[in-house]
Amino acid sequence: MVERRGIGTILTHLALILGVAVLCFPIYLAFVGSTLSHDEILSVPMPLWPGGQMVENYSQALAAGTQVPVARMLFNSMVMAIGIAAGKIIISILSAYAIVYFRFPFRMLAFWAIFMTLMLPVEVRIVPTYEVAASLGMLNSYSGLILPLIASATATFLYRQFFLTVPEELAEAARVDGAGPVRFFKDILLPLSRTNTAALFVILFIYGWNQYLWPLLVTTRPEMNTVVIGLQQMMPSADDYGNWPVTMAAAILAILPPVAVVVFMQRLFIKGLIESEK
Amino acid sequence: MEKRVSFNHRLLPYLLLLPQLAVTAVFFFWPAAQALYQSVLQPDPFGFDNRFVGLSNFQYILSDRYYLEAFGTTAIFSSLVTFISMATALFLAVAADQVIRGANAYKTLIIWPYAVAPAVAGVMWIFMMQPSIGVIAYYMKVAGFRWNPTLDGTHAMALVVLASAWKQISYNFLFFLAGLQAIPRSLIEAAAIDGAGRWLRFRTIIFPLLSPTTFFLLVVNIAYAFFETFGVIHTMTSGGPGRSTTTLVYKVYADGFVGQDLGSSAAQSVILMAVVSLLTIVQFRYIERRVHY
Repeated sequence: MVERRGIGTILTHLALILGVAVLCFPIYLAFVGSTLSHDEILSVPMPLWPGGQMVENYSQALAAGTQVPVARMLFNSMVMAIGIAAGKIIISILSAYAIVYFRFPFRMLAFWAIFMTLMLPVEVRIVPTYEVAASLGMLNSYSGLILPLIASATATFLYRQFFLTVPEELAEAARVDGAGPVRFFKDILLPLSRTNTAALFVILFIYGWNQYLWPLLVTTRPEMNTVVIGLQQMMPSADDYGNWPVTMAAAILAILPPVAVVVFMQRLFIKGLIESEK
Repeated sequence: MEKRVSFNHRLLPYLLLLPQLAVTAVFFFWPAAQALYQSVLQPDPFGFDNRFVGLSNFQYILSDRYYLEAFGTTAIFSSLVTFISMATALFLAVAADQVIRGANAYKTLIIWPYAVAPAVAGVMWIFMMQPSIGVIAYYMKVAGFRWNPTLDGTHAMALVVLASAWKQISYNFLFFLAGLQAIPRSLIEAAAIDGAGRWLRFRTIIFPLLSPTTFFLLVVNIAYAFFETFGVIHTMTSGGPGRSTTTLVYKVYADGFVGQDLGSSAAQSVILMAVVSLLTIVQFRYIERRVHY
């Protein structure tokens, strides 16, 4: 940087520390709340330092929750997030392969049919999508949670862009050596896309884990709730005191898997995020 | 945009496309067509039959005071969320771009809230801001501010705006930082040698060069504020008090699922589709421009 010393650098650090503190405070406070006893949380103002009830609150949340054990809801979220990520990647890589590497009638029609979905998020067509899922008997099922959310073209678009950058010579060489399209896909294209796939998986996992509106509608039985939906139902309403410590423990548990993904796979996460928006 | 070498196979490409086309047909085209179809129908009072009513559902909602109110609410909400989260993120990104010591630690600490779901962000902010137990609410009371988001519409709006903007800062930060790091150092150094201070350099060199990133984020943030903040609003205020935080997407949900007014809800969906298509077109045109220069 241009100015290396002086008051400016100190001010910059101060600004960053302040920014980080403000940004992290809501999560920190939720963590503090998850370690306090019921009485401590209701005392005004509540303490800003972790208390001694952590183990009790977390085990109560995991094993009992308020209606359904959080462990069960975490499992549902995990199935949904992995299902969405894996499902989207599989259907997208296959269709992108077809669109880039084959000539066939109606190719452009298929291309546009898929890319139309780039335009409309599920929130916009929520009521009719719900009716479709209901008439297919998909309410309260994992397929109902997963399938409607993989109907989107973002991943297909990404793979298409990537395949277009793969050198032509590879396909030529494969053909000369007598490899068919399946062989070429399995032995050359798939290994080449490994980093892209991993980055995409990370982003889609977080996307799937954090879904709200769709699971809210599709799951009416509490034991099918994802943890994000369950958390909303655990939250005490304005005029009762409910069980805030257990609710906050559930909140921390709900963010733990995606936070772990962001922190420990940061490089892939940033790659995925920046590429999926190009 | 085509490969020179392509495989010839009669059946395989269709098989490869089948899964995605099937999912798209069932969960995209069918519902979208359904929305268009329902938007011109009106069920009779007993639900036996649907009557074709042309554009009268649209006429009805566009003259509905509450719908127009929701438009206004959405406009205020989206502009505030977009502005607050982009401004904060830009400030932090400029600062993080300048430090050397601890740069990675700052970066990690600023991006990890990205992982928090909007609905979870709503719950965490309620915990902090609820008048009865919230810590921040308590200190506002001590400072003499009558904070009451459950009764005061403006306070409720402030609450959902802050929580939604907070959740989006990490995302904007990441893109601004990438944009800043792509600016050639030599330009900034040359300006510094010519005697331009930090602010002048930011205003005349850095900010203009960031404009592609800024514009891109503008579109993304508006789309975020329109659609993804449903979780924040639903957990924090449920559109209240008295519709003061009912945005367009929240109203589609409230009319369609709570109010069971399918014709009106479908017409609202169609209008939202038009809004998103517009945003997408803007975004695509911009991307095209970026590719060309």
